[in-house]
Amino acid sequence: MGEGGEAMSMTTYDLQVNGRRKSVTVDPSTPLLWVLREDLKMTGTKYGCGIGACGACTVHLGGVATRSCVVPIALVGGRSITTIEGMGRDPVGRVVQDAWVEKDVVQCGYCQSGQIMSVVALLKSNRKPTDTNIEESLGGNLCRCGTYVRIREAVKRAAEKLA
Amino acid sequence: MNRRTFFRVSAAAAGGMLLSMYFDSPMLAQEPAAIVYPPDAFVHIRPDGRVVITINRCELGQGVSTALAMLLADEMDADWSQVVAELAPAASIYKDPVYGFQNTGGSATIANSFQQYRELGAKTRAMLIASAADRWHVSPSDCRAAKSVVHGPGGQSARYAELADDAARRPVPGKVALKKPSEFQIIGKPTRRLDSRAKCDGSQKFGLDLDLPGMLIAVVARPPVFGGRVKAFDDQGARGLPGVREVFEIPRVRGAGVAVVADRFWTAKLARDRLKIDWDLSGIEHADSAELSKRYKELARTPGNVAVNSGDPTVLDGFAPENRILAEYEFPYLAHTPMEPLNATARFDGDRAEVWVPSQFPTFDQAAVAEVLGLKPAQVSFHIEYAGGGFGRRQSFDSHVPREAAAIAKRMRGIPVKVVWTREDDVQGGYYRPMFVHRVEVGIGDAGMPIAWRHVVVGQSYVMGTPFESYLVKNGVDFDAVTGTADMPYSVPNLQVTAHHPTVNVPAAQWRSIGSTHNAFVMETLIDELATRANVDPIAYRLKLIKPDARRLRATLALLEEMSSWRNHLPRGHAVGIACNEYQGTAVASAAEVSIENKRLRMHRVTIALHCGLAVNPLSIESQFQGGTIFGLTQIVAKGAITLKNGRVEQRNFDGFTPPYIVDAPTAIDVHIVPSTEAPTGTGEPPVPVIAPAVVNALFRLTGTRYRTLPLVAAL
Amino acid sequence: MLQFSLVILLAADAAGLAAWEKIHSVLTSPRCINCHTATNYPQQGDDRHRHFANVIRGKQDKGVIALSCATCHQAKNADSTGLPGAHNWQLAPLSMKWQDLNDRPLPSAEICRSVKSHLDGPHLVKHHEEEALVLWAWNPGRRPDGTMRTLPPLTHAEFVEATRQWVKAGRPCP
Repeated sequence: MGEGGEAMSMTTYDLQVNGRRKSVTVDPSTPLLWVLREDLKMTGTKYGCGIGACGACTVHLGGVATRSCVVPIALVGGRSITTIEGMGRDPVGRVVQDAWVEKDVVQCGYCQSGQIMSVVALLKSNRKPTDTNIEESLGGNLCRCGTYVRIREAVKRAAEKLA
Repeated sequence: MNRRTFFRVSAAAAGGMLLSMYFDSPMLAQEPAAIVYPPDAFVHIRPDGRVVITINRCELGQGVSTALAMLLADEMDADWSQVVAELAPAASIYKDPVYGFQNTGGSATIANSFQQYRELGAKTRAMLIASAADRWHVSPSDCRAAKSVVHGPGGQSARYAELADDAARRPVPGKVALKKPSEFQIIGKPTRRLDSRAKCDGSQKFGLDLDLPGMLIAVVARPPVFGGRVKAFDDQGARGLPGVREVFEIPRVRGAGVAVVADRFWTAKLARDRLKIDWDLSGIEHADSAELSKRYKELARTPGNVAVNSGDPTVLDGFAPENRILAEYEFPYLAHTPMEPLNATARFDGDRAEVWVPSQFPTFDQAAVAEVLGLKPAQVSFHIEYAGGGFGRRQSFDSHVPREAAAIAKRMRGIPVKVVWTREDDVQGGYYRPMFVHRVEVGIGDAGMPIAWRHVVVGQSYVMGTPFESYLVKNGVDFDAVTGTADMPYSVPNLQVTAHHPTVNVPAAQWRSIGSTHNAFVMETLIDELATRANVDPIAYRLKLIKPDARRLRATLALLEEMSSWRNHLPRGHAVGIACNEYQGTAVASAAEVSIENKRLRMHRVTIALHCGLAVNPLSIESQFQGGTIFGLTQIVAKGAITLKNGRVEQRNFDGFTPPYIVDAPTAIDVHIVPSTEAPTGTGEPPVPVIAPAVVNALFRLTGTRYRTLPLVAAL
Repeated sequence: MLQFSLVILLAADAAGLAAWEKIHSVLTSPRCINCHTATNYPQQGDDRHRHFANVIRGKQDKGVIALSCATCHQAKNADSTGLPGAHNWQLAPLSMKWQDLNDRPLPSAEICRSVKSHLDGPHLVKHHEEEALVLWAWNPGRRPDGTMRTLPPLTHAEFVEATRQWVKAGRPCP
């Protein structure tokens, strides 16, 4: 990161986003979130807080649910990036989205990309999450509209369909 | 700027107060409020059969884009599977029919647009039938319509899409018959939201997602103390970053700020971090929570301006100490923090402008932008975007966010600029639910009923000094600050409620359910205390004490009683607390089941009974009550407070001001609606006021402590 | 002769205990002790408050799925966003807790015994000298508000030297 007044060196990064190769030239300190939103015009991943406290920016990085607002593009490396835009083509992602619609989970919807990405990560690792598993894994995803009750139901519904 | 407000109240048209407000302000376009709503501005039938319904509100998550569409589509006999909702821009015909300006708030959408949207649907249907009847040379009365098809008496049929062009040319009927509730096909049925899929696949665009060719991003450096001005600034470091376009001072509603405009958000933010600003913080109050608390408590010891003085409250002084309660309550500033940070986008072209805002307050926001740019409101094309939550934060009376965008767009002539507030800007940016102190003395008579009640409320008025002042302020009392108290639903023969409204240099605003957030807490915890003293069940006590005409409250309490399964079984270590409240005509009664685990509050099941008249979309109402309950828990959670020290807000982000996460929320929230075909009232805010008192009433049963200062401490 | 040996022994012991106190001052500084908790959560900040966003330990001390340490923390500090990072960022296992369940540091003697039980002398020196998570404490990065995190009370070199001295003195505990 540049200090003082000197210009920052733009760097080209080759990224794997939802199975496609993308190339961006940005300042290395730019969080992955803003590369996705502004350079790749993929606005499904949301800015909620910028410090990793709310989960709205959750993507999968190398298969791990990751908060893209705190990860500078320089630290991404060769890890594959999956975003909410890719969930429709993912077998677990699709089931989760359908469960979300079936249970009418969303209200404003702004946090839901992050919620869904977190839930998909959970279900890929644990097909039968308990109430405690759900509460712990989603423990850091903020929803100001308060959709948590239906989120719990929808996670269980998705798990049911994946069983 | 001289603003005069005119206020006219006319008698009930349909069992309620009809309020018309005319605002005489140089800012607003001088147009009469529209009375005729042309269907073609509200519904458009596409050749492929899609029915596009224009919504005269901002969709904040509260579900109005689906509910209003349901009203229109049902009366129109449209095929619901073909219905799409779009948000209207700012325009005269989209004004709230009761308020007289375009607005999303006050939990008024369904109440105020119920008749309007139904009529629009019925008129559209009539015109389609007229078109078909003409084509078939039959009488319209011999035709019927269902699922976007008109059927003739001889087996003829025509799709709406085929008839649309011709129908649109026909005269709009003046009067139409509306369906009887028994004829509803869509209204009243649990209906999934129209915007669900898009919000699950990342395609839904919010204000912050807007992307326009050539668009630049602006962030604003704002002073650390509200109202601060700029003495000088050094932007050398900022300008040194590639992609920074401009750095300049802008006026704000109070004081000033420094705008940084860049080609992308991250650059703008980094550049702002490098600004060296010499703020002039002289001559402005440096508000301090500790000092305010002390001052408010002193003020609360003396009566303020009188809201109500009935009977003879001085009889209180004759009550023995054991028959008196003295209770002092304290509430902190609260931030809304909707998940989508504040933003507004504007482009100024000299003789016109175009603006995109996730706005709850379009008429005024449009006028404010016009004022900043030296235009008439009609020259400002104002688009309303989907909002990632509102809760009142996007309804600022001073339109400060669109004003910033306009000021920046003015300088960046011809270029669209999106102003983005970071989460830190939001948490520290003011426009909070103000701090309040209540001091209450109650004299208890035989059978444990309150005989005398003396109540002082101290806190800022969010409405004084705004065009809405004369609507709510009488006798020096902001009646929102005493709502539910001065007009309490309980029979107390000797009642005095007074209020002090200090002026404090902290911008105040409407936080979902506004004055009820603190008043209902005080009322419902004191009622609980009275019930405990009288050794009467809290529901039974309320049923006994509420006024005879509190019909809806009575019904909700009765329904809650019916659903009170906790009476039969309550796990060890769990307790239930009750609270009820009526907000804008909607009555709510709530039972919160809690326990304490590892010294932390643990929520279990919340049971809610409500009366909102006709339930247009029960599925949506359930989500509003589940969501509003959880929103209301912001008042309870340990870090649910904004505090100031020497003028500076102490919290920065969600790590300092922490709303409820899933672990703070109830595991189940059961919502029961009193069946009714009365005209509907709102459900956006009514869920909020009851949860905090219900929780605290439950905690009393577990700890023996009455918590009167919010938020609760982390370790109970 | 015996008295002379005793004096040398006592001197050595005192030097060893002094070395331990130096080590202890580092171990109980926020950059280290914040991840050596007895609870199911880490701490953060110089005031050692509970980590935000309901982050918890999880079965393998790395958090839980979708809210693991790696959900935010990368292999290096992210100064531009204020996120500290190092290779294998995680909580120390409960066997290496240096606090009690009320988030108070354990007595020095108890921490000393715990340290002794995990690594022998040479391995401890190597651990203090080379382990990424240990080194991180002296390069803790920038906070989200732009300020730098505070360092332990000794330099890394002093810490390693104190470790050597302590090991040489036979790892005495108070």
